[in-house]
Amino acid sequence: MLSLNNIEVIYNDVILVLKGLSLQVEQGSIVALLGANGAGKSTTLKSISGLLRPENGEVTDGTILYEGKPIQNREPSEIVRAGIFQVMEGRRVFEHLTVEENLRAGGYTADDGGAAQRMKLVYDYFPRLAERRQQVAGFLSGGEQQMLAIGRALMAQPRLMMLDEPSLGLAPMLVQNIFQIIKRINEEQGMTILLVEQNANIALSIAHYAYIMENGRVVLEGKPQDLRENADVREFYLGLTEVGNRKSYREVKHYKRRKRWLS
Amino acid sequence: MNPDEILKFLRLTYTALSDGALLALIALALVLIYKATDVINFANGEFMLVGGYIGYQLLVWLQVIESPSVAVLLAVIGMVVATTLVGVLVERLVLRPLIGEPIISVIMVTIGLSNVMQAIVGLIWGKNPRPLPIDIIPRFSPFRIELEGARRPLNLLPDTLIILVIAFILVGGLLLFFSRSKHGIAMRATADDQQAAMSMGISIRFIFALTWSLAAIAAAVAGLIIAHVTNGVSGDIPGVGLRAFPVIILGGLDSIAGAIIGGFAIAFIETFASGYIDPGLKTVSPYLVLLIVLMIKPYGLFGQKRIERV
Ligand SMILES: Nc1ncnc2c1ncn2[C@@H]1O[C@H](COP(=O)(O)OP(=O)(O)OP(=O)(O)O)[C@@H](O)[C@H]1O
Ligand SMILES: [Mg+2]
Repeated sequence: MLSLNNIEVIYNDVILVLKGLSLQVEQGSIVALLGANGAGKSTTLKSISGLLRPENGEVTDGTILYEGKPIQNREPSEIVRAGIFQVMEGRRVFEHLTVEENLRAGGYTADDGGAAQRMKLVYDYFPRLAERRQQVAGFLSGGEQQMLAIGRALMAQPRLMMLDEPSLGLAPMLVQNIFQIIKRINEEQGMTILLVEQNANIALSIAHYAYIMENGRVVLEGKPQDLRENADVREFYLGLTEVGNRKSYREVKHYKRRKRWLS
Repeated sequence: MNPDEILKFLRLTYTALSDGALLALIALALVLIYKATDVINFANGEFMLVGGYIGYQLLVWLQVIESPSVAVLLAVIGMVVATTLVGVLVERLVLRPLIGEPIISVIMVTIGLSNVMQAIVGLIWGKNPRPLPIDIIPRFSPFRIELEGARRPLNLLPDTLIILVIAFILVGGLLLFFSRSKHGIAMRATADDQQAAMSMGISIRFIFALTWSLAAIAAAVAGLIIAHVTNGVSGDIPGVGLRAFPVIILGGLDSIAGAIIGGFAIAFIETFASGYIDPGLKTVSPYLVLLIVLMIKPYGLFGQKRIERV
């Protein structure tokens, strides 16, 4: 459905952030994109959604194909109309608009006829939003704002929904809850999902395939169960270490693995 | 109270109401642009000027039509279309190239724009005031209110009431547009968070063009109303526009409700201060009140504070 082939992204004409990144998203799947702070995950999503432009970034090399057609450096409004919707990092709800108005803004590109039905769908997934529909979004809790951000995406009825760190700043219980809903949306709506996360554990629990990126490149990819087996992933991203290892030995290993990934 | 005092009070209230509605309309044009683009449009008065002259010119051309009401209707429609174009053009040619530049440069450009627009109007229509060839609002004979014991009866012009109604319809229409229509909601969303609005597929260019057009229409209607009240178009129209600045500062730069309430508040302050205390107070009184309000509420009466959750 979507494929990024060796893309390069440069901000402000000088800062090279993505250095030949490639990834594939299969129709109907949940694909996770993992990586540490500053790896370039958000940049990857913005390169797809066209939101690089307002930040003075540009795809300078490689291709982004959606349904076989190149879409790099297009206007965000064209991308949304083509069926790709990005839920931005940090929720970004319209603070002075009510919950319902936020949802209507989300459905801006969709036809008006189905709006009521889609709103009902959002309220079915997130009953807490239904209770607060006339409330101003700025006063919702962080979790409710994340629900609203996802709800806005549902209003656009995209074929591919891209989520940028939906777990950011939420309590563990709520993260579980939201990820279960993401999984349900994928299964029940047949919506393809590209999920960016730092919380590798939870992302791997619902993903069908995952990429791990570092420094603007993909360094590892595979099925979640395979990645979970991988010692590097266990150590760097899942926070698990083999018991009994002497600390000094572990640090050496750590260093070597890091080096291997970066080379 | 003596009957003369009552009649005077009625007269001042009546004047303040229509003046307030007009100020609200002008202030709304400023607030629209500020909300969407963060720019204070110092050329707002010139949008009124240009709108007024375009309306005047259309009336001149259309006065051959037998029925004056048809002529006025067509002229107003034509003026709306023309000012929409002026709004889109100004946004496209003057303001869009400045996206990303510091706000202060953009504001300076609107000041430059105001001079250019004045010059263009001067070139085309000259400096002399020109009366409107047809009355845009029929001049009915005044209502007469007599009170026993009053020395003179009070005569009130029905035009004033009609202006009030026109302003109410326009302002009410805009309010509905913002709260109900999808483009209105998109405009407010853009004002809140531009990048997030783009991620919804909202085209910022379209929203900006729409904003400038709506503001230009509101200003043009105000310009034409002023032309009616002052018996013609003239270079004095932008001066009335200046009176909207204390209105938006009082109401809050980004508040539509503030523009409306502020418009009436300033009109009442001006009219009553000059009517009861001293006519010289008309121009200063808004600023005096403003000073006091801003000391208590620095964002204006209805300005949006940043929402901070705790
Ligand atoms: N607008 C910008 N201009 C210049 N550099 C930028 C811009 N946005 C991001 N960068 C740089 O690009 C790199 C990758 O940023 P990006 O936001 O894509 O990382 P990320 O993987 O999403 O990180 P996080 O997990 O912290 O959100 C960082 O080094 C960052 O400083
Ligand atoms: Mg990020």
